[in-house]
This record gives sequence, structure tokens and C-alpha cells, in this order.
Amino acid sequence: MAQRIDVKDLNIYYGDFLAVQDITMTIEPKSVTALIGPSGCGKSTFLRTLNRMHEVIPNARVEGTVEMEGVDLYGSDVDPVAVRRNVGMVFQRPNPFPTMSIRDNVLAGVKLNNKRISKADADDMVESSLHGANLWNEVKDRLEKPGSGLSGGQQQRLCIARAIAVKPQVLLMDEPCSALDPISTIAIEDLIGELKSEYTIVIVTHNMQQAARVSDRTAFFNIAGTGKPGKLIEMDETSTIFSSPSEKSTEDYVSGRFG
Amino acid sequence: MTDSPPRARARATRRRGSDRGFNRVFRWIAVGSGVLILAVLAAVALFLLWQAWPALTAGSDELATAVPRYPEDTSFVAYVGPLVFGTLLAAILALAIATPLAIGIALFISHYAPRRLSQVLGYLVDLLAAVPSVIYGLWGFFVLAPFVVPIWSWLNEYLGWFPLFAGEASPTGRVLATVAIVLAVMILPIITAVSREVFLQTPKLHEEAALALGATRWELVRTAVLPFGRSGIISAAMLGLGRALGETMAVLMILSPGFLYSFHILDSAQHQTIAAYIALDFPEASGLAVNTLIATGLVLFVITLAVNMGARAIVARRKEFSGAN
Amino acid sequence: MSATTAHPPTAESTERVRSMLTAAHPGRKRVDRTMTVLVWGAFALAMVPLISLLWTVTSNGIGRISMDFLTLSMRNIFGGDPTGGIYHAIMGTLIITGLATLISVPIGVLTAIYLVEYGRGALARSVTFFVDVMTGIPSIVAGLFAVALFTLILGPAARFGLIGAVALSVLMIPVVVRSCEEMLKLVPNELREAAYALGVPKWLTIVKVVLRTSVAGLTTGVLLAIARVIGETAPLLVAVGVTDSINTNPFEGRMMTLPVFAYRQYSQGLATCPGGESATCIPDIALQNAWGAALVLIVLVLLLNIIGRLVNRWFSPKLR
Repeated sequence: MAQRIDVKDLNIYYGDFLAVQDITMTIEPKSVTALIGPSGCGKSTFLRTLNRMHEVIPNARVEGTVEMEGVDLYGSDVDPVAVRRNVGMVFQRPNPFPTMSIRDNVLAGVKLNNKRISKADADDMVESSLHGANLWNEVKDRLEKPGSGLSGGQQQRLCIARAIAVKPQVLLMDEPCSALDPISTIAIEDLIGELKSEYTIVIVTHNMQQAARVSDRTAFFNIAGTGKPGKLIEMDETSTIFSSPSEKSTEDYVSGRFG
Repeated sequence: MTDSPPRARARATRRRGSDRGFNRVFRWIAVGSGVLILAVLAAVALFLLWQAWPALTAGSDELATAVPRYPEDTSFVAYVGPLVFGTLLAAILALAIATPLAIGIALFISHYAPRRLSQVLGYLVDLLAAVPSVIYGLWGFFVLAPFVVPIWSWLNEYLGWFPLFAGEASPTGRVLATVAIVLAVMILPIITAVSREVFLQTPKLHEEAALALGATRWELVRTAVLPFGRSGIISAAMLGLGRALGETMAVLMILSPGFLYSFHILDSAQHQTIAAYIALDFPEASGLAVNTLIATGLVLFVITLAVNMGARAIVARRKEFSGAN
Repeated sequence: MSATTAHPPTAESTERVRSMLTAAHPGRKRVDRTMTVLVWGAFALAMVPLISLLWTVTSNGIGRISMDFLTLSMRNIFGGDPTGGIYHAIMGTLIITGLATLISVPIGVLTAIYLVEYGRGALARSVTFFVDVMTGIPSIVAGLFAVALFTLILGPAARFGLIGAVALSVLMIPVVVRSCEEMLKLVPNELREAAYALGVPKWLTIVKVVLRTSVAGLTTGVLLAIARVIGETAPLLVAVGVTDSINTNPFEGRMMTLPVFAYRQYSQGLATCPGGESATCIPDIALQNAWGAALVLIVLVLLLNIIGRLVNRWFSPKLR
């Protein structure tokens, strides 16, 4: 099940420092939303507020609301652990657990929620998740080998398999291809295209061609200067952003004039 | 391959060229002190062996006449046996108490305590290592032993079917179980310090991976921190074991000694450790008795050396692992 | 295209998501909370002996501390006579620990320099390894080694301060090497390279740049190493013996030290006072002496620890 996310008047602070200011946007279900912009504009910071991962950093806090189907993720009765369980995340660098086998990596999140899972169910889940991540054929004969023995691209797809094994509502991807070679990047991009039929996907990328290739809608973030907060400049259909954006700075950025 | 000798020679001359006069003297002084350390360690082993030799080669009659409290018709090995047993039993019990506690404290400092406080709290734990062992002895005798007497007799009464708690609980508390607690407190800081360092090195990537899967703090620790730190914990525990094996004063002052192969840790006059035995008899010993005590010291040295080298080997192997990744 | 179609949340979907996000996993929550309590509890439990110990030593020892106690020896003090003091033990501790420091610091610091500035290959690796192994030598074995060494030179039954200092050095050197190595590693390579670029020879760079930069850290390392050995009892008991008199010559005759004094007084137990307790005869005076010496010792150790950490905090240059 994919869900819709509404962000309203969101400010993100680190201590007293306002890192990202006044974001309002809607993320549609079963679509890919790309966040683009120059380094330091706060797009990764913003992404992390969608599953409350920014709370790992001391003194980080937000104002405003992030609603999933009308439920505020920062509401007092909401459990941050449950938020992260329902909003999966894939990181910049592939991070399979080095001490676990491929199979255990896929099951890592599932086992947290449901310890007594039967072996048959577990096998099914491993197979379907690895199929979902287009990795099954490459690893089906070595499921008990450590995940760190795979190539970078395979590791990243293993991390995606691990993230979708818990059947999240939304999948966040923080520059998932920046540490990968071009061939692996294409594999991941193909996978994103397939996953959007089931998940709401938000992807941060530095690569504008990638944003144009994979996303349905694109949000452009910018920053006025160091020490200033990052802001959402505009958000629209990807084709519109790349062909006829309404803001001058967006046009400058996507045409490669800065950033 | 063919051009390597001239190249090596060129390198050698260059090295010599930049290494003239006082530079070379200074380098040799530094190298010399490094070598000196190796020599000291070798000397420790050699001198102990040399001084222990007369006792190791003496007949059991000779030993029995020269050494006080030496049982008749016993070989040196049979004589050291109960001491080795007591030493190992005390150290292993201490380790069993201290390791889980130390892992908890290390986690507390690395992942649970408020970040700004954690350094100060770490110092507090380190202070336990700074307390001289003779003070642990005084404290163990006057404070801890009376305090644990009712607990030991309760254990003895209700859990006496368990071999360790069998026998008769001593009314003084001067038993191996009390010693084990004091030793555990003494090795707590070293196990904590090593595991804390390892836990702090857990890659942020793996912690975030666990969190993003919806892990609670404990689940984060279980999936990312503990597997990463496992070999570190093992080597920390072995370092603690080495410390506990060689601890003298606390045992000497608390334990009421005996020379039995006994598992009755609540009963007095059952056990003695090598280190405490030496400290007790050495000031009054002379002649072959000195050699015998040094021989038992050699046995202790070999045991601790083996434990420490094992611990270091585990640490070294772990370094290779993380380097390869 | 899906993006153009609005999907406003319905009451039903909101309810479903709310139950998902507030779904309590009572079991997991409970485990998490239990472990948090256990982890805090482990720390609290470790503080119990520390506090109990400091309290016991202070409350039992403070009554014995007086000018006489600190400035008199135990010479000609017998039974329950309360007029003795620990002056001889303080002097012995200072002299023997001082000698041990004199032996250990040059060797330790130079070895650390060797490991950080020159160490390559098998020799450096084995020095590192055996320094670590040396850290684990039981203190009583160090004492036996020193005795064996001097027995070889001077024959049996030699007991004097220097033997104890050698024993303590065996324990102290690895500690000094370890901490100094860490401190020297903190000196950034840019500083060394800057000196080389000015044509300064390597040894002068080490002395004037590396050691100068890390002198606060080295001081801390040495102070903590002293704190570590100043309370050692067992090696001194076997190597230096005991005495009741003041002896300030570490090359001749037995010497008393604070930890050995505390142990010695403890093992004497109660004195018999024929006329009951009086101003000249206190039955448990030996135990009071032991606690008094323990208090002085623990104050020394804590001072060394605190000064050591403060030196590093206040005087170390700010390296980034």
C-alpha cells in the first residue's frame, strides 16, 4: 500500500540554526518524487524528516507538520519507531550488516517485528524481496554468504530488498546511486521504475539526468548562501521542471549554469 | 627483478645520506629503548626460570623439608595444582560477574547516557581502576565480607543443590565468592574501557540502517553494535581475566586460604591463589623455599602471558578484518 | 498519470495509517525499556562500590589524620601505642615511586618516539605486541623478577628500595609507552613536514616540534602511570620488605611504603591493652593506622589523576 504525504510549513532546526525553512509540498502515492538542488540546500535533511531519522542528530527538531494520509508523523501519540518501520530508507552508501548473511540481512527488519516467523514464510519473504530488488537470480545460490561479499551495486539492491521486506508505505532514497558505477546505476534506476507501482518513492539525487529519467515530479531546493536556510523553490511535473520551469534559478540549475 | 639490486643500493645510500651525525645517534637511542623493552620481558622470563630451576629439579623430599606447609611425597606439579585451580576459579568467577556488567556500562557510556555527561561518567568508572588494591583488600574485609554473609548463607540454604553453593557457608564471609566480587569490581574498568572504545567505533552507516528498519534503541544495539563489537568484547574480557589472575592483595587480605580442589565457593579454607600464596610466604622464606615460590610465580607468569597473548591476537585479527572492508 | 490525479486522504485511509503509526508493539517496547533500565542499572551498580569504598576510607581514616601521624615514624612503637605515624612510609613511597619514574619515563617516552616516528617492520610490530603483553604482567611477578635480578648481582636476601623501583618500572614502562604513543600520534603530520621543509633535521624536529607540542599530553600520561603504580603493594612486599624506621637511602636497607604499611598494620590486628583502652593504649590502633594510610594513599592517587587530566585539558595546544 502506498500512501500520500502532505508537508505543511515545515522548519528544520539544528539547535538554534534554521537549516531548512518553510517547506510545503505534497508527495503523491505510487509515484517517484525527486528532490534536486545544490549541495547543502537541505534536501537530504528534509528527506530524513520524512521518517524522523534526523532525530539521531542531537538537538535536531522540526516545526510544522508532516502528514501521512492526514496523520501527523510528529503527533504526540505517534511512535518514531513505527514511523521508520512504515517509511523505509535506502542510504547513499550501501550498508548491509557485515556480520549477517545475505538472507539474514533481508530478514533483519522483519525479525525485529515478528520474531517467531516460520522458516517457510521466511524463505518466501527472502525470495520475494530479492525478486523485488532484482537480485534473486544473482544471489539465490549463496544466500548464506555474508552480504559484504557482494559488489557495490548488488549491496545497494540488497539494502533495497531489506527495506521492502518489511512492506513499508513509503521508500526514501538518499542519493542511492552516488557510490555506484554506471551499470549498477542503471539497474537501480530500472528497479525504481518497477517499485513505484507499489510504493511511494522519494529520491534525493545530484544527478539531473537521473531525476529526469526516474521521477514523475521534481522539487528544486536552493540556498541563498552559507548560513542561510535551504528553501523549496518550486515543485512540478518533472517534464515541466526540465523544460519550462517558472523560476529563473531552477532554469539556471537544471541547465547546468550553477550548482 | 633484474634492476632491483641497484635500486635498493640507491635507496640505501639515500637513506644513509639523510641520516648523518646526531640524527643517527638519536635514532639509535630510540631504537635501543624499544629493544630494551623486549630485553626486559625476556629477562623477566629468564630470571624467573633461572631462580625457579632449583625448585623444579629438586626431589619431593628436599622440597618437603625446605618449604613450610609442603605436603609429603608430592611432586611440584601436584603441589602447584590446587593453587592454579584456585587462581583460575577466582578469576573465572570474577570474569563471569564483571563481563555482563561491563558491557552494560560500556553501552551506557557509548549509547545511552546523555552525550555531554558520558565523558565524565567514563572518568568515574576509570576511578575504580585507580584505587590501590590494598584498599580493595581493606574494603573487602571490613565492608563487603560482613555484608554478603547473609546473602551467602541464603544461597547456601536454598540453592545448595547447585555445586558452587554447596558445602557450608562460612560465617565470616572470607570466601572465594567474596573475593570474586572484589576482583570483578577491580577488572570492571578495564573491560569497560576496551568495550566502550569498540562500541563507539560502530559505523554510523550500520546504526542508521538498523534505525531505518524501525529498530528500537535496544534493537539497534543488538543488530548493529554488539555484532560489530563481539571480538572487542572477547579480547576485553581476556584482558580482564589476565588482571584477575595476577591480583594479589585483595585475595591475600580477604580469603581464608586452603589447598583443595573444591567448588565450594561459600566455604572458607578451601582455596588459595598463586599470587596471594607468594605474597603471604615470601617475606619469611629463605633458601629453596624462595626458589619454590618463584617457580609458582613462573607458573602464574606463563598463564597470564598465554591469556594476554590470546587477547592481543584476537584484537590483531579484528584489525585485519576492518582493514579489509 | 498518477501524479496529476489528486488522492485526498479518506477517513478510512487516515484511520488505517493512524493505527499503523501508533501501533504499539508492547513486547518490543517492554524489552527496550527493560534493557534501558538494565543498562542504567549496570552503571549505578558500578558506582556502589566506588562510593562505598571512598566513604569507608574517608570516614575510617579521617580520625587518625593529624600532624603527628604525618610526621612521625613507627620506630619503637609497640602494641596499642597511638603515637606512631606514617612519615617513613610516605618518604619510602615518594622515593621508590620517584626512582621508578626516573627509570621508566626516559625508556617509555623514547620507545613511544621510536614506535611513532621510526617504527617500521617486524621490530616495531613485536615491540608493540610485547608492550601490550607486558601490560598484563601480574605485579607480584614483577616483584619476583626484580628480586631474582638482584639476587644474581648481590646474592640472596638483598632488600632495598631500588629493587622495588625496578619492579615498579616493569609495571610502569608499558603504561608510559601506551599513553605517550597515543599523545605523539595526535601531533599532526603537517607540523613535522613544515619543520622538514625548513631544513630542520629529524631529531631536532622531534625534540623541538613533536615533543614540544605534546608535552602536556606526555605529562598527563606520566602522571597517570605514577598513579597506577603508587598503590602497588605486592611487588614492594616481596622486593623491599618492611621496616618501622625512616630510611631515605634507596640503595641500602629495607624501606616502608604506604600500601605495604596499610597491609602490615591490617595484618597485625588488635593489640592487647592490659589496663583496657586508655590514652596510651588503643586496641584497634593498627587498624586505624591502616585506614589512615589508606586515606593518604587514595588522596595521593586521586590528586595525581585529577592533576593529570587538568594538565592535559589546560595546557595542551588546540590541535584541530
